[in-house]
Amino acid sequence: MNYVMSFLIGGTICLIGQIVIDTFKKNNAYLLVALVVTGVILGYLGIYDKIVEIGHSGATVPLLGFGNSLAKGAMEEASSKGFMGALSGGIIKTAPGVAAALVFGYLVAVIFNPKGDK
Amino acid sequence: MKYNKDNYQQVVDEITPKNKMLKNCIMAFIFGGAICVIGEFINDSFVSWLGITEDEASPMTSVVLVGISALLTGLGWYDKLGKIGGAGTVVPITGFANSVVSPALEFKREGYVLGTAANIFKLAGPVLLFGYLSSFVAGLLSMAFR
Repeated sequence: MNYVMSFLIGGTICLIGQIVIDTFKKNNAYLLVALVVTGVILGYLGIYDKIVEIGHSGATVPLLGFGNSLAKGAMEEASSKGFMGALSGGIIKTAPGVAAALVFGYLVAVIFNPKGDK
Repeated sequence: MKYNKDNYQQVVDEITPKNKMLKNCIMAFIFGGAICVIGEFINDSFVSWLGITEDEASPMTSVVLVGISALLTGLGWYDKLGKIGGAGTVVPITGFANSVVSPALEFKREGYVLGTAANIFKLAGPVLLFGYLSSFVAGLLSMAFR
């Protein structure tokens, strides 16, 4: 059942992303920024946790979930450490994913060569 | 066919690709859903086979997905998937990893420091900046209103 809900919720979020791409015809970077900021807002309002309860990985794998983690991390740390927590909380919570992207990205760039456009 | 003033608009309409929005949306739904199902499978595997708690499994799943996506980008396969799946391959965290690895590879010829390292966040930098900025604001707001 979790797999079905992951597929449906994840697919729906990507479908919304596709509509945004086709409508505004901007660089994908704009979509990614919009998704993360939306995720932070939904996370701050506590709405995204409810979507995660229903959609599991369908909600955590899209970048909206990354934004949600950022917001939750910042809010948790802010309540225990105040200002410094608000500053560092989001980064601490999302550090593994970002560091992995950097480390794997650099390794891949060293090992592979760019594939030219055919 | 003669191109004159009268049938010009008609010719343009014929040559312009038909609006593929519906097809794009279906492909985005399928690819995005499939990537999330893979994520759920990885998450499940961590929880049920390795006995890791749900809270710890989620970041580990992200790391594994990022690793897979980085490898596929290096092989040049992720971009092929992207041509079919559209937003379905951009919106998941694998798309974020792809946006880190692509410029890293592309600028390799300019050197490992000023090329790869300097450009690795070329696309993902804005995402992190606005993400961290808005999470800081969220943290401040949660301190102000509770």
